[in-house]
Amino acid sequence: MISDNAKKQINSWIEKYPQGKQSSAVMEALKVVQAENNNQLNHDLIQAVADYLDMPGIAAAEVATFYENYNHKPVGKHIIRFCHNISCMLTGADDLISHLEAKLGVKTGEVTEDGLISVKKVECLGACVGAPMFQIGDQYYENLTTDKVDEIVDGLK
Amino acid sequence: MNEVCFKNIDKDQCWSLANYEASGGYSVWRKILKGEYTPEQIIAELKTSGLRGRGGAGFPTGLKWSFMPRNAPGQKYIVCNSDEGEPGTCKDRDILRFNPHAVIEGMAIGSFVMNATVGYNYIRGEFIEPFNRFEGALKEAYEAGLLGKGINDSDIDFDLYSHLGAGAYICGEETALLESIEGKKGQPRFKPPFPANVGLYGKPTTINNTESFASVPDIMLNGGQWFADLGVANSGGTKLFSVSGHVTSPANFEVSMGMPFKELLELAGGMRNGAKLKAVIPGGSSTPVLTAEVAMAMTMDYDGIDKAGSMLGAGSVIIMDDSTCMVEALTRLAHFYYDESCGQCTPCREGTGWLYRVLKRIMDGQGKADDIDLLLGVQEKIMGNTICALGDAAAMPVESFLRNFREEFEYYIEHGKSMVKG
Repeated sequence: MISDNAKKQINSWIEKYPQGKQSSAVMEALKVVQAENNNQLNHDLIQAVADYLDMPGIAAAEVATFYENYNHKPVGKHIIRFCHNISCMLTGADDLISHLEAKLGVKTGEVTEDGLISVKKVECLGACVGAPMFQIGDQYYENLTTDKVDEIVDGLK
Repeated sequence: MNEVCFKNIDKDQCWSLANYEASGGYSVWRKILKGEYTPEQIIAELKTSGLRGRGGAGFPTGLKWSFMPRNAPGQKYIVCNSDEGEPGTCKDRDILRFNPHAVIEGMAIGSFVMNATVGYNYIRGEFIEPFNRFEGALKEAYEAGLLGKGINDSDIDFDLYSHLGAGAYICGEETALLESIEGKKGQPRFKPPFPANVGLYGKPTTINNTESFASVPDIMLNGGQWFADLGVANSGGTKLFSVSGHVTSPANFEVSMGMPFKELLELAGGMRNGAKLKAVIPGGSSTPVLTAEVAMAMTMDYDGIDKAGSMLGAGSVIIMDDSTCMVEALTRLAHFYYDESCGQCTPCREGTGWLYRVLKRIMDGQGKADDIDLLLGVQEKIMGNTICALGDAAAMPVESFLRNFREEFEYYIEHGKSMVKG
């Protein structure tokens, strides 16, 4: 269920924690298996992670449902995580989110028909002096304008 | 400006070990490795410096470090809180990106003081670029023989790792953060016992904010008095202020404590499009909002902001001009706490939902005449009644927005539309 490559990545996290405390790696382990499963977790994957880390399945499931970065429903290949909290709101995030929704023909929380992009409104991403901003994958995009949003989104493949 | 955490920020590749060492970096740590400092000397220097916790609580760092039972048997831990995520706050991201070695050295110095041979830097899950930068710096430090076991033939061990979060504001609360490192839901623990006695994996642990750690090497390098003199009484040193919102040039500014707010606003290029200042949240979304008049007379230090009726918090200054609908602004903040409440304590779990839903119905034109009293009642029932400070953090904006801008809420309820935006 967990690929060799995923195990290798998970093991590099386990090494950071004291002997017997391998469940400290659960957050990263869940991210690793999620990334290999179209950005989505399911019961079997969560259980596999729990088994691998020798922890109860329910404990891994609690983590998987408590934190925001795990997905339990289909998402796009690219997830646009648009900050809508105060500094971004003050600098026009709401209009940009509406623009993006119209451009892609989806509402926040939905996936484009081709499965390429989903849009999510998120709370503060900690880049307030670069507001308005969003995150795609590992990358932050700051000081967004409609033109910039178009350019970034048109470049997603 | 830019005298401590940001002192190398204008240099090319300012995050490199070479740049850090060229400006005195790791010289304190090397002296420690040679046995030239005692823990007591370092704590005394920190106390002189007046450094207070930069994550928001403002607790004196030297005092905190003195609480650790350094001679108790068994493992002890040192943890850095880089789980930055309160609306308006974005300074630790820049410290990690632009001066990661100061965080490492600050933690190393702390590890010596508290006899903690293992450290973790908890970085929020979305901060991949800062995480990579910090990991790169760790690699450099290990390769230079500055971390590890029996460092530089001393009897000092210090291993430092980063831990990534996965999207939960509550993990910035120190005991929730410890739970999270242990691989659990980030729900705060009851205190006491405090982490200094029962912390990570049940062992004595000290947790400090990124900016606090990053300030320590320069305090030791130049002396506590030097740092204290950069600031004002009761607020030693410099502070990073994240100025965001309706200003011409939003940015992080590292300035002396005690700077008049007016000057900080000028540093950020003044009001965007010459608009009129309406309100300021001085320390992050949890701190009470101030009117323009009060803010313009305020100085940026713990006592100055306290006197103005708010808190320095993490130094996250959110600027609002007169186009801002305060009902909309508060509704957005209420949504944040509603979304981020961990659900452990009933007053916060239920109360944040009530606050958001009542504000939302006002925004939807469905407000009722007694909704303001209802909001005030709910926030009062949250305040002081929860395990951690998230409850208070959700309550304080509501009380202060309603106190300072009550007429906008009354107008919205009566007319079903914004007094400002129509």
